[in-house]
Order: sequence, then structure tokens, then C-alpha cells
Amino acid sequence: MRAFFAQRGVLEVDTPLLSRGAATDPALGSFRTQYLGPGAAGALPLYLQTSPEFFMKRLLAAGSGPVYQLSHVFRNGEHGSRHNPEFMMLEWYRPGMDYHALMDEVEGLLAFSLQGIRDYHPARRVAYRAWFQEHTGLDPWSIDVPALRNFATRTLGPAPAGMDETRLSPWLDLVVTHWIEPRIRDQTLFVFDFPPAQASLARLRNDPVPVAERFELYFGGIELANGFHELADAAEQRSRFEADNRLRERWGLPVIPLDESLLGALAHGLPDSSGVALGVDRLVMLAADLPEISAALPFSLQRI
Amino acid sequence: MATYSTNEFKGGLKIMLDGDPCSIIENEFVKPGKGQAFNRVKIRNLKTGRVIERTFKSGESVEAADVVETDMQYLYSDGEFWHFMHPDTYEQLAAGESAVADAVKWLKEQDVCLVTLWNGVPIGVTPPNFVNLTITETDPGVRGDTSGGGGKPATLETGAVVRVPLFVNTGEVVKVDTRTGEYVGRAG
Repeated sequence: MRAFFAQRGVLEVDTPLLSRGAATDPALGSFRTQYLGPGAAGALPLYLQTSPEFFMKRLLAAGSGPVYQLSHVFRNGEHGSRHNPEFMMLEWYRPGMDYHALMDEVEGLLAFSLQGIRDYHPARRVAYRAWFQEHTGLDPWSIDVPALRNFATRTLGPAPAGMDETRLSPWLDLVVTHWIEPRIRDQTLFVFDFPPAQASLARLRNDPVPVAERFELYFGGIELANGFHELADAAEQRSRFEADNRLRERWGLPVIPLDESLLGALAHGLPDSSGVALGVDRLVMLAADLPEISAALPFSLQRI
Repeated sequence: MATYSTNEFKGGLKIMLDGDPCSIIENEFVKPGKGQAFNRVKIRNLKTGRVIERTFKSGESVEAADVVETDMQYLYSDGEFWHFMHPDTYEQLAAGESAVADAVKWLKEQDVCLVTLWNGVPIGVTPPNFVNLTITETDPGVRGDTSGGGGKPATLETGAVVRVPLFVNTGEVVKVDTRTGEYVGRAG
């Protein structure tokens, strides 16, 4: 991976694992700790990063040019056959590159990394809307919760209790993970242009049907990478953070202090960039045909 | 009411689902990178034996089922109930037809079975893996056959019918694997 980026003139960086700020996304749990000692009058709350994204964007805004990082990241509450609360992320940012070109680069990296290990066939690319319609016959841009709940109940059985009935996103997640993913196990697939409610940190494009310029790579049926045409508007970013925190309050989750340094960097000016994060342990798992992520980790949660 | 969070889910955990006690067989954590987390669970209904899949939103809680599995000695059947006794306390319990179910054809008096109790009431009976039962009826043996190839049906004292080798005769005691219903050998 390092050779791949060296050839392309992408600079390796190393940013802190601890930060005053953290991801506000209610679906991401950050480990929280505190610094005690010189330099902090009281206890200073710090968060282990769920991704090096905020620091890397600060570097971009400072004029770093293209950067990549191989970093451990931390996600509280995630453990299973494809999840470990600490894992290795490969994340990179490309100023001046659009997100379709970045998908090409992701493919280039996979083909390069898997040489002599496993065949890599170029991925199919499909817009989220067409993909969802292909598998369900439903249009996620016009459907409502009752209709999606009805589909889920018919195909998957009784709907999980406690689901948020006011937001479509969790229901889309239910159908994608339980109905569509089991049907794409043999595919390499980029899904792009997500529903605006699932924009995360991606830019919105105001087409007649607005979309979030975001993509996901599925490889062997496993979600391997997630990329964005990066949101650069500081005001829009702040309002998304605040909306996340309102949801957190409603769901009884801890409210996360906004990363003012990131917002300051965006206000200063983030070059028009695309960025992507790829789960390295999952790639190892797929490359070596391992049944679960713990087999790719010498010290998974059960062994630490 | 005792409850379990999805974080406590693992194989063997007993929970209530749709009013029935169930046992978790498999628990899988499913979560998109930027989305809702779920636990997809394979569950056995302990009353019907049926296996189903069910999805829970991660972090939700479900009611715990008061299910205990205990060794008990089979005493006798009165035609309606099958009576079992706890070997230490001598406490006796009566299991109905739906609890005994398929185990009925292996139940021999004095044998120790695994009885599944829900709220103290038997809902399932697992016979010992191996039982020794007397053949009450089978075709006459064929002299000289010792291989057991082919075989013939034999009715046992409990009513079960198993295939036995041709050389085994009525009145003999045979050992049977109750999990497969297959003849293992002559006993004693």
C-alpha cells in the first residue's frame, strides 16, 4: 500500500489518536478518556478517534496536498464476525480529484495490493437508487417508513423493536444489511450517490433528485470502503454536527463537543477534495479467505 | 422481570420471544459503517423445537426466560403424563405429551433424562444419548449371519422401531443411539 501511494506522490501522514473532538454521527461510538496533568487545569476530556478524518482535513486545509494514513481507529460498541472495536484504517484524500476518479484509484490500490494473492475483477458501479430498486422494487427517495417497514416485515419477518419510526435511514440500513447484502456476496460493487439523509460528511448535489456524493465499496459481500466528495462548507458542517447531537440527545447518547479546529479549518478553506477510508483488516480477511475478522487480528477483543 | 441486553446475547442464552421460551443458537452483529447496528439471531423455540431467525436493534433488551435444564429420573407414565423424579430431592414432576414429544419412544423406567423446565414446568425431555432396550418383536434370526449387512426392523419394549442385524433375536437387549435412532450393538 505504501509503495502504491509513493508511486503516486501521496504523502504519508501520522495524526493523533486522541482529540478534544470526535465524530458526532449517532451511529459511531467514541471511547472517551481524560488527560490529567500539567497543561490541563481540570480533567481534559479526550476521545479516541473513529477515523483520522478531522485531523487529515486540517492538514488539507493547511495545504498538505494529497495525503494518506494507515492508522488504528476505535469504535465503541462494535464487535462481531466483521467488527473489532479497534482496527486498522487506510484513509486517503485527493485534492482536485472527483469521487468517481477516486473509485478508480481504490480499484487500482486493490489490484496492486492483491497481486499474486487473489484475483481482482473490476467492480460494477451502480447508483444507490437503482441498486435499491433492483433488489426491492422500491424507490428510497419517495418511499416512507410504513412502506419500507412493510417490505422488511414481508421479506425478513417481524421488524426489530425500538426502531426510530420518524427516520427512513435505519429502515434502509435494515433492508440493505439483511436483504441486499446477502444477495451480493459474489460481487465487487461500488454503490454511489446516497440518499441525502445518509450524506454523513459528503457533499450534497442538487440534482432534480438530490443525492449525497458518497460511495461504498462492497467486496465479497462485505462493506470494505466508504468515500466522499468532501463537504467543505463550514456552516453546513456545523449544522450537520448540531443535528447529529440533537439526535444523540433524543436517543439518550452522549453529546459530542464539536471539533472547532476542524470547523475553523473548513472556514479557512478546504480544497475541493475526495476522500476514502478502507478497512485493512477486512481486506486481509478477504485476501486470505478468513471466516471472520478475529482471524486477521492476532489480538482481537477476546485476546486483549 | 429479568431482561438481557443484545450485548449479552450468545449461544445458549434463554429469552422470551412472542410469549414462548427460546434458546439462542447463533448471534451475529451486523452494522453498516455509518448506520444502524443490529443483532441477527438464530433462535430455537423450546416449546416447538422450531428454529427461526430474528433481528434486534442493538442495545434493545428482551425478557429473559426462566429456563432450567436438569437431570431427572423417568419413573412411569399414567397414559396422560410422564412422571419424573429429581434424584437428589426426590421431587416429582409430570410432563405432558407435548413436552415428552419424540422422546417418548426412548423412555425407559429408571433412565435419567435431561428435562427442560420453564417457570418450573417441563417443556422438553431429552433422553440419554444411549439406551438399552429389549426387543419385543423381530423376524427370526438367520443362522450364520454375523455381518449385520442389510438388517431387519425390530420393535423395542418402548415401541420404538430400529433396524438391527439379522442375527439379533426377540428377547435380546440392544443398545441404541437416541440421537440418530440407530442400533449400536448388543448390550450385556
